[in-house]
Amino acid sequence: MKMKEKLAQFKSIIALLLLCIILSIMSDKFLTVDNAWNVMRQISVNICISVGMTLVILSGGIDLSVGSILALSSAIAAGLLKYGVEFQSMNLFIGFTLLGAVVTGTTVGSGLGVFNGFMITKFKVPPFVATLAMLTIARGLTMLWTGGYPITGLNPSFAFLGTGWFLGIPMPVWISAVIVGIAIIITNYTQLGRYIYAIGSNESAARLSGIKIKNVKVWVYTIVGALSAIGGLIVTARLDSAQPNAGLSYELDSIAAVVIGGTSLSGGRGTILGTVQGALIIGVLNNGLVLLNVSPFWQQVVKGMVILVAVILDKASRKDD
Amino acid sequence: MTTEQPILTAQNITKKFAGTVALNQVNLEVYKGEVNVIVGENGAGKSTLMKILSGVYNTYEGKLFLDGEEVSFKTPREANDKGIAIIHQELNLIPYLSITENIFLGRELVNKFGFLDYETMHAQSREWLKKLDFNIDPKTKVGKLRIGEQQLIEIAKALSLNARVIIMDEPTSAISDSEVEILFRIIEDIKKKGVAILYISHKLDELFKIADRFIALRDGQMVGKIEDVSHVKKEDLIRFMVGRDIKNTFQRTKIPYGEEILRIEDLSFYKNPNTEDYWVQNVSLSVRKGEILGIFGLMGAGRTELFEAIFGLHPNRVTGKIYIEGKEVKINSVCDAIKAGLGLVPENRKKDGLVLQMNIAKNISMADTEQVVKSSFLNNVLECKLAKYYINKINIKTTSEKNITKNLSGGNQQKVVIGKWLATCPKVLFLDEPTRGIDVNAKNEIYHLIEQLAKEGLAVVVVSSELPEIMTISDRILVMSQSKIDTEFKSAEANEDAIMTAAIK
Repeated sequence: MKMKEKLAQFKSIIALLLLCIILSIMSDKFLTVDNAWNVMRQISVNICISVGMTLVILSGGIDLSVGSILALSSAIAAGLLKYGVEFQSMNLFIGFTLLGAVVTGTTVGSGLGVFNGFMITKFKVPPFVATLAMLTIARGLTMLWTGGYPITGLNPSFAFLGTGWFLGIPMPVWISAVIVGIAIIITNYTQLGRYIYAIGSNESAARLSGIKIKNVKVWVYTIVGALSAIGGLIVTARLDSAQPNAGLSYELDSIAAVVIGGTSLSGGRGTILGTVQGALIIGVLNNGLVLLNVSPFWQQVVKGMVILVAVILDKASRKDD
Repeated sequence: MTTEQPILTAQNITKKFAGTVALNQVNLEVYKGEVNVIVGENGAGKSTLMKILSGVYNTYEGKLFLDGEEVSFKTPREANDKGIAIIHQELNLIPYLSITENIFLGRELVNKFGFLDYETMHAQSREWLKKLDFNIDPKTKVGKLRIGEQQLIEIAKALSLNARVIIMDEPTSAISDSEVEILFRIIEDIKKKGVAILYISHKLDELFKIADRFIALRDGQMVGKIEDVSHVKKEDLIRFMVGRDIKNTFQRTKIPYGEEILRIEDLSFYKNPNTEDYWVQNVSLSVRKGEILGIFGLMGAGRTELFEAIFGLHPNRVTGKIYIEGKEVKINSVCDAIKAGLGLVPENRKKDGLVLQMNIAKNISMADTEQVVKSSFLNNVLECKLAKYYINKINIKTTSEKNITKNLSGGNQQKVVIGKWLATCPKVLFLDEPTRGIDVNAKNEIYHLIEQLAKEGLAVVVVSSELPEIMTISDRILVMSQSKIDTEFKSAEANEDAIMTAAIK
């Protein structure tokens, strides 16, 4: 059993290594330090979101609204940072510091997550539907907030979050690494993590064991909301602009990373490290296909095939489950 | 005794799973117009054999003969076509489809335009149902029927396939005694029509009513057959099954009980808050320290609902008062129940009791993870220690506390569930059908365990629909019928007839 689990974990690493070897043979630009950081920086946003997505999927749910939450919370953060808030009737103007804007943005993301969790637990809306609704609601609110135009020209120190380096490592990579670390601790060493797995595997047994299912679920959707917001802040900082279309279809990339990483869509089985590997595979593949000048249309086809192959291999390795 | 040829013969059937031998050189003969009963402990290979006969497994060694002709089924469908139908323990009906749609599933009749010919199908269904004396509109959705009624639909389906051999896998495990009566009458009926019945069951008592011959399996081997059932005693069958003489009549030792731990007054559980319709109506009971209280009731009497109501699963629809050690407690959630010192071993351990993919240690700490937390993180060492303690205490057979619970036998899984609740240090432990689907040996072990716990001062409430079980294990027996508890027996004065009479009124 243990051997097999270990093997299953190595499987995606082996796939990743193979991919890297093939790409470094085919393109001399692939195996360079610059390109490595480039890939890491590119996937850091997906990793932030996918870590949250892993928790949601482990608990037996799904979150389709991550991309829209990313857009809304980063647009709000950017807007507050640039313009502040003005209440004309009270003759009041509130300006925002960098920290204030970042915290508010993350809070907005968490709040939307709480809303999702509340719909799912209190009103029993299936997660797919509740977060599908949030996908369009948050996107609509983003359009309303920005008027459909990007918010650009932000505080230069904000850009550091997306483009800066610290101790020789890009900031986005730091941020995603810290998030991954915390998530590993949560899933393995906390009651919340244990309960997430229990609920995803057998909700009824979890309920009868006195686990507060609703609280756990609300927490999970809150976390994914917050992580989407953080992902949004990274994107915004890197581009020095909050795009109303930011995060479009990011939910699909993150679900792909989770699935390639070996997490079961029906919940209860999977790991954060698996998801990180999944995100790496997608990231390396994207990068390689660009370096090899493969047409973007073919890139999509290849990505879809990789998802299928990954899941089929995963199923095969667990045949006697 | 018949002298004719068997309708179905299995010769030297061997089936291996990943190295372990599930069936070893099994020979079986099934005669038409008879009820051929297969007995054996859990894991003896009964279900494997049935799956080979019905085409579910198509790789095995050995030969099958139907009417003297060698056959091999690649799919269940092929077996069906040849006249072998199986009624699985878990019924395979689709609840959202009507009775007719279920009966004709996969072989629907169509009219000349290629559309479904409902008129003919309904008419035929009605015919089959009538033969079973089951008066119901075949357009009814199967999900609306009770389990026993659904079983009749499965039988109708088998008959409509012109099945010559009907395999029934534990058909009485989920139905009430009155429904068992109906089932047996129908079995008698179809038997007369020349159909061969292959019947698997744990419940030895009921077998004597219908069996025409017995076949005993043990550890994948056929260990005996009995052609003349008139002199067979229960002890004979048990010896066949377990290979030794065991007393399946567990003897209670009397324990003096202490003060009252739990008192429930006027507990009601409404089906619907707006009408006077109850799952549980005005139930009062009390249990003392060290006492084992048995609650007997037939299917649908409200036993499981009573436990759910006490345990805080339906706080908005439950009224009444619960006292623990004389103090009133409010139980509005499972959490409250655990805090108050209650534990519930549910009826369906796989569905409600365990997280099967998790290991034993994680399952044991599940209902009270607080005690394995050290400086706000789960502590592996504490968790294993806790698990090892209970593995020893209640004798869970396993090589490590890290083993996945899915791979344990039914009896050991049940012990893990019990261990999980003992780990919460309860004052009262509720057990709902604690030995369902567990073989005779494991059953006795569970009884001993329950008695042991009572001796240590736990108050135990056991719900069961098996009369012998409730009579052997309880100090006091309450009979639940139609959502109420009106009758109480001291175990000394209880007899089967009196309890059953109270239960069916």
